[in-house]
Amino acid sequence: MNIENLIQISETEWEIPIHFRQDMRVPVRLFATRELLEQIIHDKSLEQAVNAATLPGLVGAVIVMPDMHQGYGFPIGGVAATEYPHGVISPGAIGYDINCGVRLLASSIDYDSARAEMDTLATLLNKYCPSGVGKEGAIKVSVKELDQVLREGSRWALKNGYASEADLARTEEGGCIEGAEPEQVSDRAKARGREQIGSLGAGNHFIEVDVVDEVFDEEAANTMGLYKGCLTVQIHCGSRGLGHQVCTDYVQQFQSAVRKYGIDLPDRELVCAPMDSPEGKAYLGAMRAAANFAFANRQLLAHSARRAFEETFASKTRNWHLHQVYDIAHNIGKIETHEIDGRKVKVCVHRKGATRAFGPGAPGLPPEYQKIGQPVIIPGSMGTASWVLVGTEDSMTRSFGSTCHGAGRVLSRSKAKKEVRGDTLRKELEERGIKVRAGSMPGLAEEAPFAYKDVDVVVETVSAAGIAKKVARLKPVAVIKG
Amino acid sequence: MGFEEIAHTADWSVRVWAPDLPSLFAEAARAMNALAGTVTGKGQRVKRTFEAEAPDEESLLVAFLSELIYYQEQENLAFEAFEVQIEGQKLKVEMEGAPILSINKAIKAVTFHNLKIEKTDQGLETAIVFDV
Repeated sequence: MNIENLIQISETEWEIPIHFRQDMRVPVRLFATRELLEQIIHDKSLEQAVNAATLPGLVGAVIVMPDMHQGYGFPIGGVAATEYPHGVISPGAIGYDINCGVRLLASSIDYDSARAEMDTLATLLNKYCPSGVGKEGAIKVSVKELDQVLREGSRWALKNGYASEADLARTEEGGCIEGAEPEQVSDRAKARGREQIGSLGAGNHFIEVDVVDEVFDEEAANTMGLYKGCLTVQIHCGSRGLGHQVCTDYVQQFQSAVRKYGIDLPDRELVCAPMDSPEGKAYLGAMRAAANFAFANRQLLAHSARRAFEETFASKTRNWHLHQVYDIAHNIGKIETHEIDGRKVKVCVHRKGATRAFGPGAPGLPPEYQKIGQPVIIPGSMGTASWVLVGTEDSMTRSFGSTCHGAGRVLSRSKAKKEVRGDTLRKELEERGIKVRAGSMPGLAEEAPFAYKDVDVVVETVSAAGIAKKVARLKPVAVIKG
Repeated sequence: MGFEEIAHTADWSVRVWAPDLPSLFAEAARAMNALAGTVTGKGQRVKRTFEAEAPDEESLLVAFLSELIYYQEQENLAFEAFEVQIEGQKLKVEMEGAPILSINKAIKAVTFHNLKIEKTDQGLETAIVFDV
């Protein structure tokens, strides 16, 4: 693949036409500047996007975001919509970490007056939010309770005192996707989930305390309760081992399903089944259950983060509370209705490393966000800015109501570790005033900022393309990693 | 017989080679331990048996390595000695290992991405991509 294979639509939009390869069913649309495209072209992500464009039942185009990078099977930063119910659902096009996502909490605590407490806050967040390889969660649930978590998601957390109604209203799908079927989740997946619920895990997952550094849209920021100079918290994690096991189970099972349904694919990781087949229905039920687990998990971590804030600030300020701005998924399959070629079509939107970005007036948004559109949270790489955006009317018509999800890797983990030691990186971050609590120094080095694209460039690209609008930029002051 | 890491932007990939299928499976497991930086204790030894049935060799390999992830996560066990028997679509592995003392980085899943066990002049070879 080279740049000459792409047709430039505008400064920020490119197309790989349907005739690029014989087995493509739809074209590929890429949102990127030429500069970003030149970075992307070096790995296999565009080839993976072309492979994704062969899935049966696709409508519109396979969309790829400027933070895209090579994954396995489906590229990270990809969006694909298949017609419901005869089109396919592909576990690999949603990913192993089902409903990996980000929650943003905000406060009225002024950072300048809280600087002296940041060490205590980082230590308490690290204490109350278990992180690290395979770490056990903050609570224990019975087999029966886990089934309730899988069916009810954040509603289970609300019933058990870990959430408020306001939290649920400001969570994608209200924190509970209907149609979850715990009985389609294997005992192995459940065993992994029971051990880990309420924990952050390792890898690129983190809890980060940020300061609102700059506001670009005063009205939207005020509506969300984001105030310049005040502290916020981002929680980035997903469905832990439970989601990984669900994906593992169904990618294995679907190896036979593609033979049964005569589906020919260029990569076995893309295996899929029609949504109205027994296999497709079973996966949909299991995937939704895993997504609900992830909503509940982030809710439990938010509860723990609030405890850390209360202990740190309650005796010092009356305004220590953390309110929820929004919680979004960026690895998920959702049944949604979109307008394609002038007709309304019910589709399954696969988002793998892409964030839902519904525009103003979209169904399902809480009343206060109806006018501004859905908040979109874009975590940057460690030590760099993160962003709060909102979805737009354009994102609804051009990208199945989706936008980017982060900075996007450019450097492999092994190369990142060769470039910098974890303890050196930690020292550099601390010198810049960022408190770091990390379980693994090699793990920290793998997530070094230079291993990622510049998140500001990615955000400027989706903003210029019109598929999201800037609201505020956040600056990190404390990072907790497994 | 051996393995080497292959650069992958987001996740981990390893090329594994061996003279025959049973030793390829065992070497892939050892490669996974090496990538994760797994250190086991010297004392207590544990034995486990894993059996699976799948339509092809690649599916058996993914099932086997996925089982090792499960043991690592749920029972804190890693294995380094393997007796592998493969007959048609059936796999049986007798494995011996020990409780994990430390691990650098968890491998979370084994993917089918471009997975193909291929014949070479020296025997067999494959490249596996792991989700981390």
